[in-house]
Amino acid sequence: MDNMDKELLKTISNFDEKIQGAYNIRKNGAGVERKVTENVNIVTKTDVSGIDIIVKDNTKKESVHIPVIITKSGLTDVVYNDFYIGKNAEVEIIAGCGIHNDNCDTSEHDGIHRFYLEENAKVVYIEKHYGEGKGTGKKILNPVTEVYLKSGATMEMNTIQISGVDDAKRITKGVLENDTSLIITEKIMTENTQNAETDFNLELNGDNSSTHVVSRSFATESSNQKFVSKVIGNAKCFAHVECDAIIKDNGKVIAIPQIIANNVDANLIHEATIGKIAGEQLIKLMTLGLSKKEAEKEIINGFLQ
Amino acid sequence: MLELKNVSFEKDNKKILDDINLVLEDNSFVVITGKNGSGKSTLAKMIMGIEKPTTGSIVLDNVDITQKEIDERANLGISYAFQQPVKFKGITVENLIKLSAKKKIGRKEVCNILSKVGLCANEYSKREINGQLSGGELKRIEIASVIAKESKIILFDEPEAGIDLWSFNNLINTFTELRKSISGAIVVISHQERIIKIADKVILMNEGKIEKTYNKDSLHEVLASTICCKLQGGAQNG
Repeated sequence: MDNMDKELLKTISNFDEKIQGAYNIRKNGAGVERKVTENVNIVTKTDVSGIDIIVKDNTKKESVHIPVIITKSGLTDVVYNDFYIGKNAEVEIIAGCGIHNDNCDTSEHDGIHRFYLEENAKVVYIEKHYGEGKGTGKKILNPVTEVYLKSGATMEMNTIQISGVDDAKRITKGVLENDTSLIITEKIMTENTQNAETDFNLELNGDNSSTHVVSRSFATESSNQKFVSKVIGNAKCFAHVECDAIIKDNGKVIAIPQIIANNVDANLIHEATIGKIAGEQLIKLMTLGLSKKEAEKEIINGFLQ
Repeated sequence: MLELKNVSFEKDNKKILDDINLVLEDNSFVVITGKNGSGKSTLAKMIMGIEKPTTGSIVLDNVDITQKEIDERANLGISYAFQQPVKFKGITVENLIKLSAKKKIGRKEVCNILSKVGLCANEYSKREINGQLSGGELKRIEIASVIAKESKIILFDEPEAGIDLWSFNNLINTFTELRKSISGAIVVISHQERIIKIADKVILMNEGKIEKTYNKDSLHEVLASTICCKLQGGAQNG
């Protein structure tokens, strides 16, 4: 791997030589480097392109890095990664995709990640998406994430679209059994004529299942974003979905939250706010000596951090 | 020294400030009081640059700042504590204090500043300045953000509003400390007797004009006046 590869890996997953724990690096459609541990095994799939990550029962405080980078212009990379998290296991999984495109062809990565958490398993999942390059070729990312939580399992998912992604469609599906919790935080920034779409579909099927979804996004110049969420409460459960967007210039955001209660004890809340940066926020920071531009930058950085 | 010369301000065909002439001397503690709608907050905003005068001029240390923007005035040493603290999504208490201080400050200095308003840094540093904080907490953070900044002139718009008695006692101590550290003026818009009592000068406003100015020796007149008694009756305590 050259310096550009290393920089990309660092940007999307903080990956460097000092990383502890298991990892699998995928570059330009193929696995290039892998390390497994006693408790975390990574196996190449035989039927489709992708890997199985198997975390043993009772594994504690381990991390798994599975970054993907694309530096070959014109490549469409589709990969299926399945995560089997054992009972009582606690693990942090750091994924991400970085595309570097210096030419005119489109580069695309479609990653389908399926998480199967056994009883009382805990996962923190971090996924960053990033694009760069001097070429006019598009950089497209379409992540699909499916989460299946068995009794007592919890998952915290943090996804960030940093910058440089021309088109992205994120699909997230969750099926929650009793006493489970799924917390999703999404932060997206779009500029120029970029498009980003998010589609959440969550089923709360078990008693005392809960989900908290927070989407914060910033759309500027002539970019577009669409946020669609559907939460179905089929048991005694709790859901809170919050979509917050700041728009600037000709940025456009559509938010379509939907909540469906099929049980009298389902407690479902959705909120959506779209607007420009509040004038009073700008004024407050300007009274501290920041210029209007600096104040805007601080507000957006804070909002998306 | 800050001077307002013949400052008037009109909005929607209504005169909000009418020919204000005012000098804020260095090392002074000035209270501006008056009934609601008398133009007090507008006057403070005028000094900060949040509003610009329709006519007249504002001069700071012999420099005309009438047309200067908010951030330019802030960088000349003018600071402003909002009556209604501003909330942010994502900006933490520590972020705000550090932005205010401008120079690089460590955790210890942040802790020191927050303790002046009775907040524990361990508990509050990493919290977002949002609606999950109580009104009193937001107010104290607002005051802390102003204390953190290097200032020549500090304007406080009803700092007592929304805070409890313990915090109010702390506020009086904070003003006493600030008087020792800043070279310019501290200007407080207030209805509170205890704040009026520590002033060097009290300016009574009515219908956009300065009705009367009281110096230290005549503060008892302010407190005894009919208008002031009505203010005390209507004043809000946190």
